[in-house]
Amino acid sequence: MTKINRTTAPGFKGIEHIHLIKPEHSKLDNGCNIFSFNSGDQELVRIEWIFQNLRFNPAKPLLNVAVNNMLTEGTSTRSASEIADQIDFYGGFLQVDCGHDHSQVVLYTLNKHLAKTLPVMKDVITDSIFPEKELETFVRNQQQKLQVSLQKNDIVARRKFNKAIYGDTIYGLSAEFEDYKTLRREDMLEHFNEMYQPSNCTIIVAGKVEQDILDLITDAFGGDWANFPLQTDVTQPDLEPSSEHFYYVEKPDALQSAIRMGLPMITRVHPDFPALQVLNTVLGGYFGSRLMANIREDKGYTYGIGSGLSSMNKGGAMFIASEVGADVCKDAVAEIEKEIHILKTELIPGEELSLVRNYMMGSLLGSLENVLSHADKFKNLYFSGLDYDYYDRYTKVVKTITSEELIRLANKYLDLEEFYKVIVGKY
Amino acid sequence: MVKFNRFVLDNGLRVIVHEDHTTPMAVLNILYDVGARDESPDQTGFAHLFEHLMFGGSVNIPQYDEPLQRVGGENNAFTTNDITNYYITLPAENIETAFWLESDRMLSLAFSEKSLEVQRNVVVEEFKQRYLNQPYGDVWLKLRPMVYKEHPYRWATIGKELKHIEDARIEDVKAFFKKHYNPQNAVMVIGGNIDTAKARELAEKWFGPIPAGEKYLRNLPKEPEQHEARRESVTAKVPLNDLYIAFRMPARLEEGYYEIDLVSDILSRGNSSRLHRTLVKNKELFSEIHAYNMGSFDSGMFVVEGKPAEHVSIETAEAAIWEELEKIKNELVPGDELTKVKNKTESTMVFSEMSLLDKAMNLAMFELFGDADMLNHETDKYLAITAERIKEQAQKVFRKENSSTLVYLAERH
Repeated sequence: MTKINRTTAPGFKGIEHIHLIKPEHSKLDNGCNIFSFNSGDQELVRIEWIFQNLRFNPAKPLLNVAVNNMLTEGTSTRSASEIADQIDFYGGFLQVDCGHDHSQVVLYTLNKHLAKTLPVMKDVITDSIFPEKELETFVRNQQQKLQVSLQKNDIVARRKFNKAIYGDTIYGLSAEFEDYKTLRREDMLEHFNEMYQPSNCTIIVAGKVEQDILDLITDAFGGDWANFPLQTDVTQPDLEPSSEHFYYVEKPDALQSAIRMGLPMITRVHPDFPALQVLNTVLGGYFGSRLMANIREDKGYTYGIGSGLSSMNKGGAMFIASEVGADVCKDAVAEIEKEIHILKTELIPGEELSLVRNYMMGSLLGSLENVLSHADKFKNLYFSGLDYDYYDRYTKVVKTITSEELIRLANKYLDLEEFYKVIVGKY
Repeated sequence: MVKFNRFVLDNGLRVIVHEDHTTPMAVLNILYDVGARDESPDQTGFAHLFEHLMFGGSVNIPQYDEPLQRVGGENNAFTTNDITNYYITLPAENIETAFWLESDRMLSLAFSEKSLEVQRNVVVEEFKQRYLNQPYGDVWLKLRPMVYKEHPYRWATIGKELKHIEDARIEDVKAFFKKHYNPQNAVMVIGGNIDTAKARELAEKWFGPIPAGEKYLRNLPKEPEQHEARRESVTAKVPLNDLYIAFRMPARLEEGYYEIDLVSDILSRGNSSRLHRTLVKNKELFSEIHAYNMGSFDSGMFVVEGKPAEHVSIETAEAAIWEELEKIKNELVPGDELTKVKNKTESTMVFSEMSLLDKAMNLAMFELFGDADMLNHETDKYLAITAERIKEQAQKVFRKENSSTLVYLAERH
């Protein structure tokens, strides 16, 4: 056998082409849009019913989340336990999820059982009644869970941070124990009727979606599912970042301190966003990032540190988060600030930038694991009002952006004076 | 059905290839047959610390992560009480980089003092983050030694105490590598957009020259049968009381495993499950409750864990759990309910086939058990279970003298 050279890396190829599966679209008479993705060998589907959240009401802050979470708790013809029985019996998975801009109901099912599970979904989405007894249970159990969450430093830090940069909006919501007491069944019913209407609904189907599957869905959610005569107000108040930029919650016994730092940021629809994603990746967006290399791999201050961009309809943020040894918290913050300063003052070396380009392209390719992930990519676009050109622009920016352009963006967007800083633990 | 091809290199490395040409990606997964159970009692947490050191550079490649990221790849690893598993996902056309990286660290590590020092600190921070600085975080440090008295399952993968990690020396690292990290103690799975012939060629090229090393022969103390109910109670700064009841149960490959695994679904999977319905919804005794099985390769553990609602005493909460367990022991599970948990198992298996990485990890685990094809018979094993068999196994497991109860009390101010 010829001796192999283990010191030199094998050759590799860059990723030239990303193929995205695009959906089939149809619109039902009641205004509900359906997008479907048909691919894959497994006889299964994921169906998502996605609704825009109603305008946030600070006096009743939990309505969006409570209505969504309690959709599985009873309809006029099915009790909570009947709903659970009928989905579980057919091996289905019913999930509800309340996000910042949208709330969704999701069904995972084998195709052979869809005809049995779909009527339950129809019932949940069109005829939920939020029984008083279930509401009491929900409130009690959520209050208990909140008490546990509030003992976790990272969660407390995230709540403080969101409240500071998003203010009194659904993005800044950090529910308190007392807030659960404001939930009233009548409010929930009204909220439900206004929000869960066909004209405010987008259905996204992914999996092995042949015509028979689409027909079942169209039959169930077209026809007799009518809009209520209620105006759906999905506008949201403007974000109001706080004037206070520093928050310290002291926990005298803490072994570690949670750090969360960041600032309001442009969102996906802004032309600079893909380039900011490159900058974010360099800083803290992957295992080899500067924050990880310095604060974990060189200093050993933490098990993990990262940075991220959040992009929502009304605004977004860039943030850095970590939990670090309580005794090195100040040092860790100083190192984070140092890394941001370096981004603004020193060009990113060519080697590092080319690594990040390849990593991001590989990561994009790897994120398209199956047909469900193609549907997820579509959602990112559709709900931001973007089209598939976005990914062309994204890949072009990732492949071609220069270090000069990145240093310019770092100076434009990462003003340390503007940073919000939250510490929970010891400082 | 997950199809695969299999071959063994001359040095004993078992290789599985799963071709999946629907994806542009590939996976290289290596399972090493070593976990926290293989540690000595005065050096616990070592298998997991070692996993961190595997990323600190190998004999010919000073940086592990960097070259992989450069070709668009990602990687991670995890350690359990039974195994250590490393995986890479990357664009399939760059798969050779994965072979190059993984084979070099199977050949030999760099054993750098700096890397050891830093990773000791990182793992100490991980210990704090996950086990010490979280409400209820230390529960496994307390519960495991109650359930196991002899078997090394009595400590958690993170280790018994911070000191064991802080004391790790480079000689220990070298000895551990020699003992466990060689071709004979590993299973490699290559999956994704790659042909078996190509995978074989690359495996021969990069892994073929690695010396076989010594086969590690596991000889762990057997956990004696439990004959008495065990009970402990701790008071801590947590907001709510928490109750854990652990039972010894059959190991992963022992008779009765699948039956007890289904019991965990009957008790706690989904909103239609018994514990949720009866104890959270109807009787309003708990704010949340779960039952699960650890899937341990040696002596198994089944856990029921719940947080009683405020004003519900531990005695009442405990009695309510036992009432449900007695039902499983004394009454046959109704046909519809059994069909339900079987349907759930079946759809879970089909959904898991959507993930290339899940398939690769599962193939590796079953190959370690003796035959990767066992993966394709898992569903059938669950489908064949009868209500009688569940009752029979439940009677063996859910006994007071086979239980360890840990009561976690909230400190009242």
